Amino acid sequence: MANPATFWSVPRVSLRFVPVWQRNFMVWRRYLFERVVSNIVEPAITLVAFGYGLGTLLPLIDGVAYLPYLAGGTLCVSVMYSAKFESLWGAYGRMEVQRTWAAIMNAPVSIDDVLLGELAWAATKSLLTAAAMLLIVWTLGIARTPRALIVLPLAFVAGLAFSAMALIVNASAKGWDTLSTYFTIVVTPMIFLGGVFFPLSRLPPWLQEFSSYLPLTALVALVRPLMLDRVPENAALHLALLFGYALVCYFIAVGLSRRRLLR
Amino acid sequence: MAAAAVAAAALRVHELRKAYGQVAAVDGVSFRVRGGECFALLGPNGAGKTSILRCCLGLTSYQSGTIDLLGYRVPAQGRLARQRTGVVSQIDNLDPDFTVEENLLVYGRYFGLDPRAIRRRIPELLEFASLAQKAGARIGELSGGMKRRLMLARALINDPSLILMDEPTTGLDPQARHLIWERLKQLLAGGKTILLTTHFMDEAERLADRLAIVDRGRKIAEGSPRELIRGHIEPQVLEVYGEGAIQWARKCAQARGLRVEISGETAFCYATDAAALLPELEQLAGVRHLCRPANLEDVFLKLTGREMRAEW
Repeated sequence: MANPATFWSVPRVSLRFVPVWQRNFMVWRRYLFERVVSNIVEPAITLVAFGYGLGTLLPLIDGVAYLPYLAGGTLCVSVMYSAKFESLWGAYGRMEVQRTWAAIMNAPVSIDDVLLGELAWAATKSLLTAAAMLLIVWTLGIARTPRALIVLPLAFVAGLAFSAMALIVNASAKGWDTLSTYFTIVVTPMIFLGGVFFPLSRLPPWLQEFSSYLPLTALVALVRPLMLDRVPENAALHLALLFGYALVCYFIAVGLSRRRLLR
Repeated sequence: MAAAAVAAAALRVHELRKAYGQVAAVDGVSFRVRGGECFALLGPNGAGKTSILRCCLGLTSYQSGTIDLLGYRVPAQGRLARQRTGVVSQIDNLDPDFTVEENLLVYGRYFGLDPRAIRRRIPELLEFASLAQKAGARIGELSGGMKRRLMLARALINDPSLILMDEPTTGLDPQARHLIWERLKQLLAGGKTILLTTHFMDEAERLADRLAIVDRGRKIAEGSPRELIRGHIEPQVLEVYGEGAIQWARKCAQARGLRVEISGETAFCYATDAAALLPELEQLAGVRHLCRPANLEDVFLKLTGREMRAEW
């Protein structure tokens, strides 16, 4: 970091991101019970309340009953929440309150590696959440196709995208309130624009166009058909969008984090 | 033991300049830390001590100058330099979710160390830090002194040849400070090199082989504590206070050629032979006095001034 211009040089990563991932994994394992319960109970409630309660009042959507339709969408929201919470409140606490990042950077681990470790960890949590959700929908008999297992790697990739976006916010946050604001104006609206609860065809055309660029939309478009034992359309395009978000946002997050922590 | 190749200078800082916008935090500082010695950067808060340490670790950019840490050019080779350095930062940043033992294990992995090798090393480090009984304790259960000692043990996980410490005993009670000092002396006896920052004079005087006084981003003096005291100040100090003390100092002490500094209600009279004045002082009712050898604090105050500053 010879001068501020190098804040924006290409991230240089190494395998030292692994111990950062391991550290977060160890903390997670310690609070395993609490984490798993909240991971499973909340989406289960959503499914039961909306799927069984509201679902019986609704007609078929694209030839599918509401409960299996909703299951795919709910899984995607959980996947997004896991990565967002981890990379917003989790990462911010480690960076600003516990000073864990500062401690790690006193060892031979660069900020680029710290962020990569955080990114990989958030994506892992997305994957774990997807696994828990699949277990629920399998148990409830909502989706029992082997094809649904493809959701797991997809959840990891989407987790990378969601986390990288959140790490940008983390790197530029003035305080906890910045995180809440981001959640309110970006994350929550994405749920309604991502085709989670109803088909995107119900939105006005300009909003449909906008929605098609959102990472959650891409994830839902991949996950829902798989859970209904179908083949997703335009899968390569949706995957490319998720990878694109992950890569571009990681670069920006690294630049902003260097500016914040290495000045 | 410091490697032979770097024994001459563990750290070389040359003409270091670091600015935040228009404000120069470090303004042309040069110094060398020899292998096996304890070198202290002594200065008031805001003098630029922490900025110097961060530059040395390659954790921030600087405008000009060069830094060689254990033979590595920093910041370009910062990671290689940090691989062989131990750092005790000013703020405790232990991992609150882990036990004492786990903190060491997790930290060792950041150096790419084999977990089995780390586990073998942990008992020895806990013993050194007098924390063997606390191996399974959570960080929240530790006292301030224990946390500092764990910070020190954690900094030793990679068996570094150089240890950088930013105000290692700030906020500790006297017992805890003395225990840290004793451990640092033990490390020095074992051949480690230490660079520490402090604003405690007694800490610098006790531990440092040599020190640099830093103020407003500049180095204003350098040498061993004794050299500095001898070179910058008279050997004895007569502190006079109480009713009529200031008037006496201004009239009588100054008349006899003593250098007098007034701070609040106390007059500091610097002398080669202060004892000669004592009989006279005994006569004055209400005036109390203390005669003592000059110390580092006197040098420090002479060089940096007695007045309070806005940033304090």
